[in-house]
Amino acid sequence: MTRTYPDEPAEAFPQPPRTITDRKDRPIDVIPADDADTESLVEMYLDFDPADRAQGIPPVKEEAIREWLETILDGDCVNVVAKHDDTVAGHATLVPDNEDEHELAIFVLQAYQGAGIGTALVETLLGYGQTEGIDHVWLTVERWNDPAISLYEKVGFEISSAESFEIEMAIRL
Amino acid sequence: MKLLLGVGGSELSYQALTETLERVSETGDELTVAVFENGDIDADFETVKQRIQEHIDESGLEPPIRHVEGTSPGSELVNIAESEGFDRIVLGGGGRSPLGKIQLGPIVEFVLLNAQTPVTLIR
Repeated sequence: MTRTYPDEPAEAFPQPPRTITDRKDRPIDVIPADDADTESLVEMYLDFDPADRAQGIPPVKEEAIREWLETILDGDCVNVVAKHDDTVAGHATLVPDNEDEHELAIFVLQAYQGAGIGTALVETLLGYGQTEGIDHVWLTVERWNDPAISLYEKVGFEISSAESFEIEMAIRL
Repeated sequence: MKLLLGVGGSELSYQALTETLERVSETGDELTVAVFENGDIDADFETVKQRIQEHIDESGLEPPIRHVEGTSPGSELVNIAESEGFDRIVLGGGGRSPLGKIQLGPIVEFVLLNAQTPVTLIR
């Protein structure tokens, strides 16, 4: 599959670790994550509202959540989590495809949505990706999901294909 | 029931073929296998047809096989189903992205949106 990327690379994004204050005045740490964070991520995804799932992920049952996390916390993936005290409030991941490009997804727990955490997660994940030498990132989003689409556009993603059920967006780092 | 199974050579389409053959041997449904050329598949069409024939031979069933012509297999499948009184279209699809998101290809999507008959998606 050939994907269209923006001609110009994006500017430098912030690196993890960083601490932001969300719109509800909560301190949120955005930090790198790997398979050592499996248990806290399982907790987060068990709390995740199934109505907020998109395109079949995250899975609902614990066993399936663990299997899925094993894939996306693998050594060649790039992950960050947003922590409020000890609670994982959000997670963002870059997973390589077969063309040396990376697919992005973010998940924010319901209680932490609408507070700017998603934007912080995506920006920090892309900053982390830049230090890891990742230069092509894409994602798909359901066409009715306007809040997500405008978040991605604000960060610098451009729509690369809108012919399918899902809109595909891409950014060059 | 008259079933029209579309197979284009993706791994999921072979899986759907195997599952449908098994099911039909239990239910006795009247199956037609429609072979189409899927632009997203690397294998050449002769190889695809051969592999489909092997799957069918293994099942011991002898469903009629037909070739879907034209550049829009989805549209042609819908046409065949409607003009020839099929009760249901069956397709394999819904592969997963590297991250695990379900993705529907353009042929499956066309059939789901445009068919007047029920559609079963095996994924």
